[in-house]
Amino acid sequence: MDHFPTNWGRPRNDAHDAFNTYPLHQRPAPHTDTFAEGVQRTQQPIVTGTSVLAIKYKDGIMMTADTLASYGSLARFKSIQRLHAVGESTVIGASGDMSDFQYLQGLLDGLVTDEFTAGDGDALGPAEVHEYLARVLYARRSKMNPLWNSLLVGGVKDGESFLAYVDLLGTTYTASTLATGYGAYIALPLLRQAVEGREATLGADEARRILTESMRVLFYRDARSLNKFQIATVTAAGVDISEPIVLDTAWGFAEGIRGYGGQTQ
Amino acid sequence: MTSIGTGYDLSASTYSPDGRIFQVEYANKAVENSGTAIGLRVKDGIVLAVEKIIHSKLLVPEANRRIQNLDKHLGMATSGFQADGRSLANRGRDEATSYRDYYRQPSPVKEVVNRLSMYVQAYTLYSSVRPFGVSAIIGGVDKTGPRLFIVEPSGVAYGYHGAAVGKGRQLAKTEIEKLKLSELSTREAVAEAARIIYLVHDDAKEKEFELEMSWIGDETNGLHVPVPEGLLAEAERKAKEALETFE
Repeated sequence: MDHFPTNWGRPRNDAHDAFNTYPLHQRPAPHTDTFAEGVQRTQQPIVTGTSVLAIKYKDGIMMTADTLASYGSLARFKSIQRLHAVGESTVIGASGDMSDFQYLQGLLDGLVTDEFTAGDGDALGPAEVHEYLARVLYARRSKMNPLWNSLLVGGVKDGESFLAYVDLLGTTYTASTLATGYGAYIALPLLRQAVEGREATLGADEARRILTESMRVLFYRDARSLNKFQIATVTAAGVDISEPIVLDTAWGFAEGIRGYGGQTQ
Repeated sequence: MTSIGTGYDLSASTYSPDGRIFQVEYANKAVENSGTAIGLRVKDGIVLAVEKIIHSKLLVPEANRRIQNLDKHLGMATSGFQADGRSLANRGRDEATSYRDYYRQPSPVKEVVNRLSMYVQAYTLYSSVRPFGVSAIIGGVDKTGPRLFIVEPSGVAYGYHGAAVGKGRQLAKTEIEKLKLSELSTREAVAEAARIIYLVHDDAKEKEFELEMSWIGDETNGLHVPVPEGLLAEAERKAKEALETFE
């Protein structure tokens, strides 16, 4: 039963409210076709993570990402893990849309479970995981419905360390130091200077120090970053993702900055 | 009443006048003729063991596994037709995966067992299919702890502390009853399971056999995995020793 008299049929005279329906409530708009404006696809990421950094070192690879998931410029979720272990020898780190990353986590966990239940002793290594992600991301961009992420994939299998990049277009490349997002502009040159040519001799402590310093620089310069981050280490022994590390930072110098903003002198 | 020649055993969709379904009973016969499989539910986990009869020396060792994974935390040992066991395990994997996809968490053991038993039961309803020729021992660890079930060809599924199916099930059951299952650790249970399988194996009648064992519990981080080679060899050595003193 429709209880709104205006829907029963309009009064004969609009000027005279014979049925005492004032205030006239909004008549329902004519039905609009759900697809009138075409099927809507992801056109921008919503809840996002910023840079991921990774380097090769003596025993394997090391990767780091902060624990922030931003909603636009709002620091919305401050303890989100953006590093994810895939099986026993691979870790992935994600920047970009966090819901798309969670979808990928589910996809990869299913893959790892299938591989386990097969019970044939084989397991997916980092190269396979990277290739799979590249195929998935490229297929989705080809449907004009991309998964909005830049991902780093790293790991160690059969004594070989592996480190590669893949993004929402399905673009892939590999190097001994990699960074996504803002980190590719700010941190990558620092990483290259510190790591390139020394991959085989770089110790774990030194590698950790290089990444920590890069994260510090990023926190000072990247407005979507946080001073809380995790470091994932993959060696022949397996994957280890650290507890969140909090950086001490100093902002005293900000007092002396002149040239923009609301200074009075 | 004998089932032969009466016409009541021609399909699983026909009852006999005294209310039995002969096709289901024949399926049980297929299980009774197969190598023994046992499962122990102990303090901190589950141990599955199978007496796999080797019908030819030409077979590759450890081929044709009769213990399979349904999920990371779920294992299944079957007795009966190997191919039916494979097919049932495939279905079990699908159900476990489907549960994970729906609820984003590992399935309770009981849930997969229930779904599998309904699947098996459906094969007792139609004249166009034959019932499954396997009894499956399904074990795993979920939120509620270690759980152990048997799914029979009729589709019934019961939970157990100790389970035995196949040729040597009677002797195996009496041996399992002697164990204090609630006090045993999985490591101890591995040795007991190996001993029981060696005990029920009738080497006068049967050819050689291979002991196949898996476990799941705190020792394996909640993963259903084969018992490690070293431990298996040790358990077999102890089992053979115990066999000599037993006789």
